[in-house]
Amino acid sequence: MSANFSSMLFLITGVLFILALRGLSSPETSRLGNFFGITGMILAIIVSILSVDIFFSNLVYFIIALSVGGIIGSIIAFKIPMTAMPQLVAGFHSLVGLAAVLVAISAYYSPDSFGLGAFQNIKTASIIEMGLGVSIGAITFTGSIIAFMKLQGLMSGSPITFPGQHYLNALLGILIISLIGYLIVNQSTQIFWILIVASLLIGFLIIIPIGGADMPVVISMLNSYSGWAAAGIGFTLENTALIITGALVGSSGAILSYIMCKGMNRSFVNVILGGFGSENSSNNTKEKTEQKPVKSGNAEDAAFLMKNASSVIIVPGYGMAVAQAQHALREMVDKLKKNDIKVSYAIHPVAGRMPGHMNVLLAEANVPYDEVFELDDINNDFSNTDVAYVIGANDVTNPAAKTDTKSPIFGMPVLDVEKCKSVLFVKRGMSPGYAGVDNELFYRDNTLMLFADAKKMTEDIIKHLD
Amino acid sequence: MEIDPFIFRLSIFILSIFIGYFVVWSVTPSLHTPLMSVTNAISSVIIVGAIIASFSSLDGSSISFSNILGFVAVTLAAINIFGGFLVTQRMLRMYKKKRKKEK
Repeated sequence: MSANFSSMLFLITGVLFILALRGLSSPETSRLGNFFGITGMILAIIVSILSVDIFFSNLVYFIIALSVGGIIGSIIAFKIPMTAMPQLVAGFHSLVGLAAVLVAISAYYSPDSFGLGAFQNIKTASIIEMGLGVSIGAITFTGSIIAFMKLQGLMSGSPITFPGQHYLNALLGILIISLIGYLIVNQSTQIFWILIVASLLIGFLIIIPIGGADMPVVISMLNSYSGWAAAGIGFTLENTALIITGALVGSSGAILSYIMCKGMNRSFVNVILGGFGSENSSNNTKEKTEQKPVKSGNAEDAAFLMKNASSVIIVPGYGMAVAQAQHALREMVDKLKKNDIKVSYAIHPVAGRMPGHMNVLLAEANVPYDEVFELDDINNDFSNTDVAYVIGANDVTNPAAKTDTKSPIFGMPVLDVEKCKSVLFVKRGMSPGYAGVDNELFYRDNTLMLFADAKKMTEDIIKHLD
Repeated sequence: MEIDPFIFRLSIFILSIFIGYFVVWSVTPSLHTPLMSVTNAISSVIIVGAIIASFSSLDGSSISFSNILGFVAVTLAAINIFGGFLVTQRMLRMYKKKRKKEK
């Protein structure tokens, strides 16, 4: 296949990928979008195979590699529970990162096959792109593995900090830049490998100080990195499809990171420096947790309140995902709807552990997506709603974010649940949320605390609704 | 003087960032999780590099170090391609509009 013709086809791949993302602007068009994406990928693979010289032995191994990967991927895709989506995506990011590193190493050792020159005599532009690609790929790889382990619970979700951490990271950052510079000059094999090791190390170091609830930002950021790594490799290979895709994914991840940061009213730098909710805010909690009276109730009280309401808003959070309460919740809502009670769902941008996490869980439980609303669309409705049912969320409902300038979460957009006539708060105990901030909502007169596991409580309420 | 092809690639790159910017802002927030899984799947188009690596041999007589890296990269990318697109499909199928009668 001529180089010009294959480039044209790679361009079409790029366009199909743009259409794939475009399809996600609404659930109706999204499935067609996904189909475009799959078509683009098949096209890219076919064109690549037709553009290389095929040797039989390599072809056999290639087909084995493709099939093994395909089977593993398909099994994962069908088996994975929806609650585990954040760690799945983190795991997938690490694979993209590692694949980028492997391709770059391969290109470094056999540049002739990639049309980049000869070993240790690679074109200057190509070696720069290769250095950047391999470095970002390696950061994505280890960073995503740490994110995966934190989300999967293989590692504590709390921030890991040590003195001099930021200096060490800064030092490594400078080292990586100088190594890339040095690589351009002499293309030494040792420098290339030291660059990889340093990048792997910094990927690990930048994610460990970031805590569990900041994971939406981390996942989005790693999503972005995996895109830039792909773009770096795309420049090295002079491949349009990879360059376009890398740019799309890179900007997509960056936008999601921005949306997540805005949802927490924190700067990107603040999240990356990490350690949030570990030391600085704990004293704040201690002052306030003196025994203030809270009203606590049981499932019967909650069912009574809801039965007599005419409208209910459900506020789900990460706790719902942990308790796998989404199906029970839907059942409860069905019962309420039978009694002609208007029910809607309010989703905070950072609810859960990844962007859109709650929406997927509710969709899984057959909640129609037109009953689920974003913060800006529903926040005015709380004041004329009878009951708010807060299940597994905490910080995102804390009114202190609006009033208490000293609070670490001050300025964060929150759901105005306190404006409802009554608030039902399902929670396992009185512990403060991730930010380590006490929620004054617990002590309000119109709040009823329901101390139980989210799923169990919801199931009990269903029984009492009959 | 002729323009270096690098400049063309850079132009494609920069313009694609802008396309990505506008397209992604138009994605509805309720589909942000499928957005992440599908971007993940399409970034595995890095498999084109893995394919070149898998067949990078001048005489075709033996399997080189680069070939082995290529095969591993193909496996990883394939996991991502199949896993990413299929899980996206699975999620998107769950998004339903309100129906009159439940069950």
